[in-house]
Amino acid sequence: MTETDLEDLRRGTDLVKRGFAKMQKGGVIMDVVNPEQARIAEDAGAVAVMALEAVPADIRKRGGVARMADPADVEEIIDEVSIPVMGKSRIGHTKEAQILEAIGVDMIDESEVLTPADDAYHIDKREFTSPFVCGARNLGEALRRIDEGAAMIRTKGEAGTGDVNQAVHHQRTIKSAIRKLDGMSHEEREAWAREHEAPAELVHETAEMGRLPVVNFAAGGIATPADAALMMHHECDGIFVGSGIFGAEDPQAMGEAIVEAVNNWDDPETLAAIASNIGSGMKGDANADLPEDEQMQGRGV
Amino acid sequence: MTLRAGVLAVQGDVSEHAEAVKSAAETHGEGVDVVEIREAGLVPECDVLLLPGGESTTISRLIHREGIAPEIREHVAADNPVLATCAGLIVAARDAGDERVDTLDLLDITVERNAFGRQKDSFEAPLSVDGLDDPFQAVFIRAPVISSVGDADVLATWEDRPVAVKDGPVVGTSFHPELTGDHRIHDLAFFE
Repeated sequence: MTETDLEDLRRGTDLVKRGFAKMQKGGVIMDVVNPEQARIAEDAGAVAVMALEAVPADIRKRGGVARMADPADVEEIIDEVSIPVMGKSRIGHTKEAQILEAIGVDMIDESEVLTPADDAYHIDKREFTSPFVCGARNLGEALRRIDEGAAMIRTKGEAGTGDVNQAVHHQRTIKSAIRKLDGMSHEEREAWAREHEAPAELVHETAEMGRLPVVNFAAGGIATPADAALMMHHECDGIFVGSGIFGAEDPQAMGEAIVEAVNNWDDPETLAAIASNIGSGMKGDANADLPEDEQMQGRGV
Repeated sequence: MTLRAGVLAVQGDVSEHAEAVKSAAETHGEGVDVVEIREAGLVPECDVLLLPGGESTTISRLIHREGIAPEIREHVAADNPVLATCAGLIVAARDAGDERVDTLDLLDITVERNAFGRQKDSFEAPLSVDGLDDPFQAVFIRAPVISSVGDADVLATWEDRPVAVKDGPVVGTSFHPELTGDHRIHDLAFFE
């Protein structure tokens, strides 16, 4: 064997960042607020945990400005588990994201669940070594985030509600737009890109691949094994569960059941067994009753 | 003949391995049927198996839960080929040094999980691999290293630490040959 040249080593490339996101596919990423919850999530089979100060349902109740978690608290979670740990920064808050990268968070969620720090711009994610995940409600939003450097897209849904309705709506909207692009000519795709403020190059790439060029997870309101299976049915690559695990009656049982439901999403009989006797899910609030000024999904488009 | 390739699909980068084994088979003029394995009963029908990258704790938990683990052991006991990458390597090892992963003991090695550090330390670099004429662009993502090797051949090292091995019909890598579109490691595992 010949010596390999260390000078050719490269970190933080698109391949390395998007590759990390691909390793999460078919998995469940769970919101946790302390090391004890992180331990339960890892034992339940989570592929990663999202470390935050409060789950979205509690952020909603509490009101006020929602910010990045205390870095010391995130580090405690990092020390507790062997699976990747993700952290949330505010939209446009480059410094929160840099702090999260500095403490060794494996992926940064530039998240609408926190109070946006910038009304006009998202973080320039290409500048980071760490990969980012961003929320989107439609294909234009998704492609703008990818253009900024996001390595993973998730539906925004409506976080903290326990109502899967908006996650379904956003995933259907994205998939439907991709199907429409498939039937378009080159110049029609160019026009679509202008109209939807999406980079033309990414529009063509998406049309040719028949899917988003990065991993596409579901998030926002997923509260039960059946909800998780539904999002896999809608061709999501994996699932984020926020308040749905630790807002449930029995978080361990709910966590395990959601992990198994993602693996068995297309087998109703097994799903029935998985969903049985796991205690009640989080209480939740129906999306239809939520006034517009209390919705998080409109933040950062 | 048509090869039946099973990709363990309980979690991880399954479609990337499916594409890689298809293009490797095509290069060798062979047909291939790819089967995604998320439940027991499918492994015995497969000629070759691929254990993908992902999270080893999750994959380990699900293959035992679904009853797939003993079928993979039987596949190797019958001398059928396996390619195991990253999390797959950890699951295939004799010992992962971590009770959170219940390993299959397909490769006579011990591994150390996340040995290169966290995601910001993940990297790609050209790597010399025994049996390949030119370096392979290896992508290491929160990768394990092989901390000790028993009765297995080391195919590649990174900074003196083994990162690819072959033990009988099983090839294992710390890195992700399924991510680059270069299917020479898949060739090595299944077609040579």
